[in-house]
Amino acid sequence: MATASEPPHDTGWFEERLGLASIRAFLAHKMVPVHAGTMWYYFGGITLFLFVIQVLTGSLLLLYYRPSPSEAYESVQFIMTRVQFGWLIRSIHSWSANLMILAAFIHMFSVVFLRAFRRPRELTWLSGIALLGLALAFGFSGYLLPWNKVSYFATKVGTDMAAAMPAVGHQLARYLRGGNDVGGATLTRFFGFHVAVLPGITTLLLLVHLVLVQKHGMSSPPAVTEEYSRKGMSMPQMPFFPNFFLRELMAWYAALAVLGVLAAIFPWELGAKADPFAPAPAGIRPEWYFLAPFYTLKLIPSHIWLFEGELVGLLGFGLLVLFWVALPFWAVNRQGMERTRWVTGAGVLLLAYLTTFSALGYWR
Amino acid sequence: MRYALLAMIFAAPLAAEADDTCVACHSGLEGNLQAPAKAFANDIHARFGFSCADCHGGDRNATDPQESMSKARGFVGKIPRTAVPERCARCHSDAALMQKSKPRQRVDQMAQYRTSVHGKRLAGGDTKVATCIDCHSVHDIREVKDPLSPVHPLRIPETCARCHADAAHMAGYKIPTDQFAGYRKSVHWNALAQRGDLSAPSCASCHGNHGAAPPEVASVAAVCGTCHVMMEELYNKSPHQPVFAAMGAAGCVVCHGNHEIREPGPQMLAGPNAVCSQCHEATSVGGIAAAEMGRQITSLEKALDRSDAILSSAQQSGMEVSEALLRQREARENLVKAAVAVHAFQTAAVHKPVAEGLAIAAETYKAGTSALQEKRFRRLGLSVSLIAIALTMLGLWLAIRTIEGRTRKPSELAGR
Repeated sequence: MATASEPPHDTGWFEERLGLASIRAFLAHKMVPVHAGTMWYYFGGITLFLFVIQVLTGSLLLLYYRPSPSEAYESVQFIMTRVQFGWLIRSIHSWSANLMILAAFIHMFSVVFLRAFRRPRELTWLSGIALLGLALAFGFSGYLLPWNKVSYFATKVGTDMAAAMPAVGHQLARYLRGGNDVGGATLTRFFGFHVAVLPGITTLLLLVHLVLVQKHGMSSPPAVTEEYSRKGMSMPQMPFFPNFFLRELMAWYAALAVLGVLAAIFPWELGAKADPFAPAPAGIRPEWYFLAPFYTLKLIPSHIWLFEGELVGLLGFGLLVLFWVALPFWAVNRQGMERTRWVTGAGVLLLAYLTTFSALGYWR
Repeated sequence: MRYALLAMIFAAPLAAEADDTCVACHSGLEGNLQAPAKAFANDIHARFGFSCADCHGGDRNATDPQESMSKARGFVGKIPRTAVPERCARCHSDAALMQKSKPRQRVDQMAQYRTSVHGKRLAGGDTKVATCIDCHSVHDIREVKDPLSPVHPLRIPETCARCHADAAHMAGYKIPTDQFAGYRKSVHWNALAQRGDLSAPSCASCHGNHGAAPPEVASVAAVCGTCHVMMEELYNKSPHQPVFAAMGAAGCVVCHGNHEIREPGPQMLAGPNAVCSQCHEATSVGGIAAAEMGRQITSLEKALDRSDAILSSAQQSGMEVSEALLRQREARENLVKAAVAVHAFQTAAVHKPVAEGLAIAAETYKAGTSALQEKRFRRLGLSVSLIAIALTMLGLWLAIRTIEGRTRKPSELAGR
């Protein structure tokens, strides 16, 4: 005979402890707008999926990786040649890192062009931009870890750029390198950033981002909403679960297939071990996502009026980033009207700049 | 006041230049009288503050040409060729003076020059032979490390060839003029000019520079041995050394030649172009030993080439074979050791490095084969995975269709 404290017969053990019914109810009511741009909604989920792959493969790599100049390269070589499927894990880790950053950029531009950053989603935008910055920091710190020639000199170039920043540049470069030059201390620091500091911050920020997305729901492009309003209709929608979720799952499988093809046919190269005393190899350049600013800095003359060219370039990039981060705030004028053309123009210009200069930086 | 300041600013450099009146005046002249003054701007001596007057005499500060080029001021004008070495040696043999500008530079060039064929002939009155200025140039003398200097390591062969490859100039000396042509076909030229290896031997490496003279027959092995240390050591202990010495044959040159030293290899030991066959019958003990050494080295070369090919194929497929490639370098070192061991002229000496090299080559070939097998396995695994992913996606699509078939389609939700 049941007492008053016992659960009702129709609820299970987990239900009693987790309250799954409320989650089911939330999912049943969560809707996703359906319109011509719905496919762009999948890129946020793809970015998340690739991040999870990063965490899983990264954890496996940690079993064998050793973060010291004398062992880092050899340990990665060991992973690639001796560990069962080690080559696959490392290749997937490297390729998914690149695909994740690509997916994050696509997600960001889709948010801009679909106007998803508008009130009340300013904090979602800011947390998303911060997550993109963290993804780039992951890329920069992880690039050095194999301790090969290309990564060593690319880190040298990258930290040199940091050193050119006004006022704090020298201290920042010293902090990043753990000394005056790239060396063992840099490797240890970058390893610490890559596996502890950045994942911790990213997880917290990711939670904030996801909670905000859930709170505000999926944004509908204003133009589409207005069109339906004019017709006296409401925006078509689909249930998040299972309709959208299953579609998202298909997108994840597609991403997994792309990842598998890249990792199996183009396994990530290890290259030659870093030699700090060797001259920098010709045509040294950073990863593709840093190519646009890198190439721009190369084009800037050494001196512009009274200032160093590199300093002017870095200040320019700083202002550009600030301008982009503040997008939700300048996209609406004082009367509360959206500056649609300005936003689209800025998005197109930035996209054109990034693609053109990245291509130029790669080919020239 | 403002004009006075401007005048002071612009007058300062003019005043500094006007210190050397030789350059100032000759720069304004034409042709041969102007050329030295123009060229001197690039001269290493100008950089250290020396003037025309330091070699030609005269007074660099006097503004009147009669005065600056007067005999009373020590002006000697054009220096006779026979006096050039002594003139250069006034400074270059002065250790105290050289210490001030170039403390690490030697000061025995003149002493060496006197021992050279050039120096001896010049002392005998032959003014056609090379003096300092023929090799180092004149008025635009540059440091040896300057690539534009005629005595920069990359340019020495051409500088020597200016005289030694000129049949008209060399007529009367009764020495051949084909050294440069031969040298340009040699491994040494290849290393120097093609690979840009500044340590590769050129004329001066074997003949000396200031003390240039042909090495004597007995010292050829010692000259080659300055770089090829192991070969010289083995050769000196070999049965060939006393025989060649008794014959008056010039050691290394007997097999390798002198200026036209071609790529050595097993073809020198066995086959139609074998140098050994010049003295040894094919059926003699020496002939058989040479053929055996050639066979062993050839077998190692072929094994290494086979491993290189398979490793290269694996690497191009994206396979990680760096460890095997490193081992392959060790095997190539064994090939070099075998080639060195030939100079002992004992088959047993060659056999050891060849056997070690063959063992490594077998290992690297196996690594290459495994890498290609692994590549095939990966492709197969990828295909299976892609099929599994495609089937899963198909299943998901069917599930979506079923769900949306049961309920209203998303588009039907419009206008609720």
